[in-house]
Amino acid sequence: MSESMNSKLEDRRDFLKASALVAGVAVGPGVLFYGIAHSRSPEEGASSKQRWGMLIDTTKCAVGCNDCVTACNTENGLSGKTGEQDSQWIRKLNIKHLQTGVEHNLPMLCQHCENPPCVDVCPTGASMKRADGIVLVDRHICIGCRYCMMACPYKARSFVHEPLTEQNPEVPRGKGCVESCTFCVQRVDRDETPACVEACTASGHQAMLFGDLNNPESDIAKAMKTVATTEVRADLGLNTGVRYQGI
Amino acid sequence: MARVVNQPGLGKGFRLAACLGAMALLAIPSMPVVAGVDLPKLEHAKGDKCVDEGGYIRRHHPELLKHHRDETMRKGIRTTKYSLKKCVECHAGSKTGSVAASKEDFCIACHSYAGVKLDCWDCHATKPGKRPSHQAAQPAVPSLMPSNGGSQ
Repeated sequence: MSESMNSKLEDRRDFLKASALVAGVAVGPGVLFYGIAHSRSPEEGASSKQRWGMLIDTTKCAVGCNDCVTACNTENGLSGKTGEQDSQWIRKLNIKHLQTGVEHNLPMLCQHCENPPCVDVCPTGASMKRADGIVLVDRHICIGCRYCMMACPYKARSFVHEPLTEQNPEVPRGKGCVESCTFCVQRVDRDETPACVEACTASGHQAMLFGDLNNPESDIAKAMKTVATTEVRADLGLNTGVRYQGI
Repeated sequence: MARVVNQPGLGKGFRLAACLGAMALLAIPSMPVVAGVDLPKLEHAKGDKCVDEGGYIRRHHPELLKHHRDETMRKGIRTTKYSLKKCVECHAGSKTGSVAASKEDFCIACHSYAGVKLDCWDCHATKPGKRPSHQAAQPAVPSLMPSNGGSQ
């Protein structure tokens, strides 16, 4: 066998080894495939194949911890004040069962309903649900009538009463419009989790889980298959995207 | 021109038309004097060129931005070509770091010249992004834009 033939064979062997390695990496952790399948290009819009949801474990939510609220304020440029006219997209609540005295601590935010009453009542179409289930306010056409605030059973929406400056470039906000939790849509579109979830995980409490309810392989879908979860005001039949466990 | 007008044998109508033509010619160079206001001087933007030809952008930027805002806001399409955020990134003024903080800044320079009120900046950030800003949105000091149409 000539020298050149030898080197060709070596090359081929190297190539086969390398491709086997690449295939191993790609197939080995199935997570990788899942990740690739779910990141979408900027040209591609939100799709109804997905439905974003959140699972909140009230047994892990720590009393006195406010990290989710702080992270939300920072990400979305909220003042952090809690007066009657201040915007609050997520609030920490403490609820107590009057008969037994058992207490629960939980964050309350827009529940991103499948049948959102805020969208039903909006006279201009500003209150809307995106294809992937995220409920938003289109401030370009919001007239500030606040019907949606009255319709929301969760008191999740706020109205901006004063002119604002120094907004976060990714989160435009201004006087005269209603606003609420957006699931940090600007982050979700980059394949990140909402700021509150990130903060909760970083604090070590791990009480919040975010993901695609329609994907049976997602952590949230798996969790909801194994534990009992609760919709707040399930009697209204809104099919909320935010679910609680432990209440 | 005068020689043509004085030529014998030409009809009255022709003479009138020639006079009108001459007046029109005289009128053209005097137009900017009548307007009396210099065109706004715009600071050169960052980068080599705009996302489209300048004249096209000048004429059509309202529709382009409006179309893009609906695509992004309602459908989640986040392309950057006609994104307002990208406009701000290139066109923020060197003095103020903003597109709308002073009369010399990019957006305000033209809009105040044309007397067209824009309310983009009631909600959108006028400075290029640093995300997430650790400063919460502050209640505003008096608005930069005129409250009704006119120049500032």
